[in-house]
Amino acid sequence: MNRLYEKYIKTESLPTLFCPGCGNGIIQYAAIEAFERLGIAEDIACVSGIGCSSWIPCYYKLDVMHTMHGRAIAFAEGLKLARPEKKIVVFTGDGDCVAIGGNHLVHAAARNIDLTVIMVNNYIYGMTGGQKSPTTPKGARTKTSPFGCIDQPIDSCKLVTSLGASYVARWTTAHPVQLEKAIADGISHKGFSFIEVLSQCPVQAGKNVYGEKEPSKIMEGYKKGTYIYKPQAGALTGDIPAPQDGKIPIGLLHYDPDASEYLQRVEERLKAEGVR
Amino acid sequence: MERDSNTKTQVVLQGNEACAKGAVYAGCRFFAGYPITPSTEIIEMLSGEMQKAGGAFIQMEDEIGSACAIIGARWGGSKAMTATSGPGYTLMQEAIGFAAVTETPIVIVNVQRGGPSTGQPTLSSQQDIYQARYGSHGDYGIIVLAPSSVQEMYDFTVKAFDLAEQFRGPVILLADEVVGHMREKIEIFSGDRRVSSPKKKYAISPSTDFFKGANTLVEGQLHDEMGRRIGHMADKSGAFIEKITRKIEDNVDMIADVTTYCMEDADVAIVAWGSVARPSLNAVKKARGIKDDRILPKFRVVRDLVKRGVRETMHTDYSHLKVGLIKINTVWPFPEELLQQAAENVDTVIVPEMNIGKYCREIQRALPDKKVVPLPKCGGNIHTPKELLDKILEEVGVDE
Repeated sequence: MNRLYEKYIKTESLPTLFCPGCGNGIIQYAAIEAFERLGIAEDIACVSGIGCSSWIPCYYKLDVMHTMHGRAIAFAEGLKLARPEKKIVVFTGDGDCVAIGGNHLVHAAARNIDLTVIMVNNYIYGMTGGQKSPTTPKGARTKTSPFGCIDQPIDSCKLVTSLGASYVARWTTAHPVQLEKAIADGISHKGFSFIEVLSQCPVQAGKNVYGEKEPSKIMEGYKKGTYIYKPQAGALTGDIPAPQDGKIPIGLLHYDPDASEYLQRVEERLKAEGVR
Repeated sequence: MERDSNTKTQVVLQGNEACAKGAVYAGCRFFAGYPITPSTEIIEMLSGEMQKAGGAFIQMEDEIGSACAIIGARWGGSKAMTATSGPGYTLMQEAIGFAAVTETPIVIVNVQRGGPSTGQPTLSSQQDIYQARYGSHGDYGIIVLAPSSVQEMYDFTVKAFDLAEQFRGPVILLADEVVGHMREKIEIFSGDRRVSSPKKKYAISPSTDFFKGANTLVEGQLHDEMGRRIGHMADKSGAFIEKITRKIEDNVDMIADVTTYCMEDADVAIVAWGSVARPSLNAVKKARGIKDDRILPKFRVVRDLVKRGVRETMHTDYSHLKVGLIKINTVWPFPEELLQQAAENVDTVIVPEMNIGKYCREIQRALPDKKVVPLPKCGGNIHTPKELLDKILEEVGVDE
């Protein structure tokens, strides 16, 4: 077995509950590589919600909280406030994060609190068997949109950028090397880091949502259907780029290293008021 | 409760403020909350006091987020609390189940108001007695304390933190608008509290705080002692459910707290919990002729009992009634044995409650040989001592 895998994975808990062809394993490993690159595993704790992607950290040899549907960010905020010097990484999915957990996402982004949120976006509720999620494309037929999905999908990167998140990146499971770097950068960044990962669910989404059920071909689709955003110098502090020729922008989409972070603001206020 | 008597001071506080002060003294260093009447003074006070004490405070976007945040903070090593009321408490129920299944020591204050739904934001009730015990889905054990004075708002808050740590789980402080908003002179303590850590911790789940190198897995699915899921295994899951219920229910003797008053020779008992214990105590004092003007408001016993078919001349006073009070401080786990002992020599038990008569069912179950009479009162007004005494008269009749 891979050396890093042995170091970071509770091998006695294997096999994982992920289906063959699932993208979660790629993300699980990319995060391990990021932890290793940073060399601060003892200062990292993971928090996740409910859904397939929320099982990613449950196999880590780290302190992990596998919490309630939609509430991972709220748990993570409490943990962060209790231990401001530590790094908290949240694993969540599109339904967990944007639907039921939307309120916590909105407010955590607006606070710009120092968390790293990895949102695995497979456009579907996978664990419950393939129902539409807030990111399901218009027209897609799922178990709960038999006549085609009619809702406008929510662009979560755009959402959190508009609210004040200071590190926003989007990658796919077809870009594991870039994803690993983004996770490491997100953890190092002091502020609300949001990393969306487009990830395949060949079993529950497959042909109806991606038009393809072969995992490798879905991943090829991620390469064909995206373009890597190459901003001009200093252009990262504004709005995130728009799709071009029907291709979704990926890469680092928004980055504002000088944005004021929640815990820093708390400390500043307490010092100014003579409390600390 | 262990106290450092050197730092004792007397102050006049509101119940909610006393709760906030008690939390700080108990070592609470994290508070997350959301404003809601009639509990708001707790979040208001702790928005400053928590950080002055070196802790952290956050006003969350909703009540379920608040309950989740305090669980997160507790795993970070900070004793943590939230406070709410009515709809907010309902919204927290999923997190209370999570704290029970992950055995996370937290304190949740419910300053009860009238329900259901938006109900009566500014008036009192005791309608959440069963929600406090059974509110979250699934089976679990939980400790619920019911304060009936400002002093108890302080003392029981401190006690709630100790019990949460000892029995590893959520503890509910089930207050109500009456005790939350009244002001009384109480004794509070400051400085470092000497806490001896409990000898035995009743945890089946992983219990090492985060960042201690234990690779703790906090898992909301039923799990083994390593945190690994067992939810798909019926035998192990059944055993787990029994354990997290029995660690509370089987240790009721260590948790139960019941106060009695004038029960030595009583043949009628008022069994009350929370703020209703106040008019109940006054009723006992009135019937017993115990003068205590500070607590007992003077009232003339004049009531038209003719309407009830009772001859007026026979009941201008209640002095022949041998009434006692059994005040239940730990409403859950149900202190069955203590109640049975306390009520051993009475024939009749009156159970006043500011709800449709809920907890009375437990008391009827525990005292099958007694005449147990509910005295429910909904709408937001607390019982008067006179109402209680009239009810007793109605039930026990005339002294021959």
